[in-house]
Amino acid sequence: MLTYVIRRLIGAVAMLVVVSMVTFAIFFVVPQLAGATPEAFASRYVGRAATPETVQLIAERLGFNDPVVVQYARFAKGIVVGAEYDYGTGVEHCPVPCLGYSFLNQQPVWPDLLDRMPVTFSLALGAAIIWLIAGVSTGVVSALRRGSFFDRLAMGTALAGVSLPIFFTGMVTLVVFSYGLNLTAPGGSWTDFGENPGEWAYNLILPWITLAFLFAATYARLTRAGMLETMGEDYIRTARAKGLREREVVVKHGLRAALTPILTLFGLDFGLLIGGAVLTESTYSLPGLGKYAIDAIANNDLPKVMGVTLLTACFVVLASLIVDLLYAVVDPRVRLS
Amino acid sequence: MRRKTASAAAAGAVLALVLSACGGGGGTPQEPGAKGADAVKQEFNAGLTKVFNPSTKKGGTLKYAHSGNWDSLDPGDTYYGYSFNFGRYYWRTLTTYKPVPGPEGNQVVPDLAEALGVPGDEGKTWTYKLKSGLKFEDGTPITSKDVAYAVARSFDKEVFAHGPSYLNELLDWPKDYKGAIKDKDADIKSAIETPDDQTIVFKLKKPFASFDYIVQMPMTAPVPQAKDTGAKYQEHVISSGPYMFETNEIDKRFTLVRNPNWDPATDPNRPALPDKIEVQLQVNADDLDNRLIAGDIHVDIPGTGMQPAALGKVLPDPALKGRTDNPTIPRLWFISVIPDVAPLNDVHCRRAVQYAADKVSNQTAYGGEFSGGEIATNVMPPGISGQEKFDPYPSAGFKGDVAKAKEELAACGKPDGFETIMSFRADRPREKALAEAMEQSLAKVGIKLTLKGFPASDYFSNYAGNPEYVKKNGIGLAAHGWGSDWPDGYGFLQAIIDSRTIRDAGNYNLSVKNTDVDKLVDQASAELDQTAREKLWVDADKKVMEDASILPVLWAKSLLMRGQGVTNQFYNEGQSMYDYSMLGVQ
Repeated sequence: MLTYVIRRLIGAVAMLVVVSMVTFAIFFVVPQLAGATPEAFASRYVGRAATPETVQLIAERLGFNDPVVVQYARFAKGIVVGAEYDYGTGVEHCPVPCLGYSFLNQQPVWPDLLDRMPVTFSLALGAAIIWLIAGVSTGVVSALRRGSFFDRLAMGTALAGVSLPIFFTGMVTLVVFSYGLNLTAPGGSWTDFGENPGEWAYNLILPWITLAFLFAATYARLTRAGMLETMGEDYIRTARAKGLREREVVVKHGLRAALTPILTLFGLDFGLLIGGAVLTESTYSLPGLGKYAIDAIANNDLPKVMGVTLLTACFVVLASLIVDLLYAVVDPRVRLS
Repeated sequence: MRRKTASAAAAGAVLALVLSACGGGGGTPQEPGAKGADAVKQEFNAGLTKVFNPSTKKGGTLKYAHSGNWDSLDPGDTYYGYSFNFGRYYWRTLTTYKPVPGPEGNQVVPDLAEALGVPGDEGKTWTYKLKSGLKFEDGTPITSKDVAYAVARSFDKEVFAHGPSYLNELLDWPKDYKGAIKDKDADIKSAIETPDDQTIVFKLKKPFASFDYIVQMPMTAPVPQAKDTGAKYQEHVISSGPYMFETNEIDKRFTLVRNPNWDPATDPNRPALPDKIEVQLQVNADDLDNRLIAGDIHVDIPGTGMQPAALGKVLPDPALKGRTDNPTIPRLWFISVIPDVAPLNDVHCRRAVQYAADKVSNQTAYGGEFSGGEIATNVMPPGISGQEKFDPYPSAGFKGDVAKAKEELAACGKPDGFETIMSFRADRPREKALAEAMEQSLAKVGIKLTLKGFPASDYFSNYAGNPEYVKKNGIGLAAHGWGSDWPDGYGFLQAIIDSRTIRDAGNYNLSVKNTDVDKLVDQASAELDQTAREKLWVDADKKVMEDASILPVLWAKSLLMRGQGVTNQFYNEGQSMYDYSMLGVQ
């Protein structure tokens, strides 16, 4: 078990190194292959009044004239030991893990990410609880009552949930519940949990439900399919023949086996979400990692985009690892070695 | 204390005078004796010519939201119109726009200065005398040296990259000067002199008549040298205006509260009505419109108009439409007709393009009259001081004149037409639609366009604004847009018609390369007499149209919505949006 975990952790670190290289190449090498000059990179950090001389100075100061390998080595070194950035009128220390420095707002990226993490984590956690409970229980009941009115209604609703994009459902819910009925908080509302838990939940309830609606639909359909398959297995018949109570048959033998693919999906979904629920945060103007990423893309602020990308990759790799470890708990047939 | 009360009373009286003057001639849109939001009579375009919902009531919180983010809150490092407008809450400049609706709003009036600038040496020097009693938020007196320092620090475009560079180019700076932060002890008397704490003299390389407009920009907002943190100054700007920063979470939100050291007796331009101003950044643009409609926020900061999603909801609803204003703003959407690329090097071929263009289709491509704009027939938009409308390439119903276009094609030796490339910003659907409309209308006279979209972020640096790329790739037409930095001929025209501004990359003048135009720019820039100056700019406009190197498409319009419960709201022509410094809440 321990060997397995260590081996996976080493694999995860190697994966992150590769991700960082690929990300760096996408942002800095590919544009160069397409003809972008160091000045073209620098021009993203200057205003419209900048002269060519200013752009050249900025390119030099930001190191865009250095070979790509040197630029990557500088970036990687920053992650491991931190870095110093000259912002023109001073030098700022970027603490470990320094994921870059935004010269558009003169801030290191990592503290920004830390600042925004609670928003995204709160959103993802609340939504995940709702969609897991709603999605899995709906899927189970639908499977047990296959063909019933409930099954048809639930699967119809699930189809709508999967089909409707969140920027649409988000806008509609805001207009109806926040601006029409004044039941929920308007867009952009965020309170830290430690500051006021009640307000924290009030501000997030609409994004939670909207986001959960999308995911619950997928999970309901997946659970239903898994349960239908599992409940037809021989060992379920055996369990019933042994005289086990139906609840025990369904939960202990049926659901447990059907949960394995759901757990895999959940790990990836949750990992991606805590790396930034881009559409939900944008629709509800929540100052989380997703909104941070989308605004950075809009402003061509590459260090921020790279920072979020790497952080998301970390979360996905971590979530996958946790899911693999949980397999052994959920499915007794799995042995970690 | 007594002086403060008297000052407040004086400022209130001035505001009352401004409001009554603005509302004169036809009454205000507010019903007599009306109280509360429900009693205000909403009316489409009510904020264009009058002060809507006038009031002198102080207090409350004014809520702003922005779908994007500031380039910088530092007065020396910002170049957005909304930033110039909003910044007047926490900075004061030598001059500012007259806070009134209508054409008078594009005139400048003194702000920190006692009077407008006094030109000397035929416009090569400009002298301003500061009012007495001016203070920073910490109570330190504001002197001419703080203004001089602010201008000198903003010289450094490596650090303050976003701000305008007009004063870098106009003033006679010492050779190899690097700005006040890097060259602390440099003698800059060749550019700026401060003979005493009240007086500042700007020394220019050549005569320049529009200097009063230049110094309304925030580069002249005073910065105390002792508190200057350079590139980090935007985190805490020391206020010289009626409000100061209470909180500032960069990229997220900030709040302003009253500056106790601002003396209203020195400032007749700002009533400073709300007690607090809240700003939320990076708000979803569609949600922002919904919140504005619902009254959850008061003002959409960028002031560029509502999103297409909201237009469909607002325009058909009389109640919502009644809350909007639809000004023509000093911005031109146009097509550069580039003479570097054959056969457009022949003026007759360029004129063929002018005649063949179906301007109605172009307007439709830009979203129609309300959100697109008014069909443009010459370069300078209405709202620019002294502007004249003329149409050198007329056609019935603006649908294009095929016969005239063919005559011009014959005159340039291409009777059957020619082929060229039209560039546009691929991430701007309206420019793409414009290019498609042009493709169709020019095809009627045999001009075949190949359309090429480029990313907006690199459009001017790498593609349409890069002369080498344009020539090498045969780009004959390029979609473009330009707004004025200030509402006179120089502020709008110079950057897009002066051929001497053209450099290796990053150009905004893509097509006007005419020495006669350059001469007119020089003459107009130096002409101190306003009437004569305005005529020269109209002449320059006519010369560009004769040269046919700019095909005007639309004088842009925007659909702005007035906030619920907001007082003193009106469109100011100088700011090209609502005048933020005048707003209050009921």
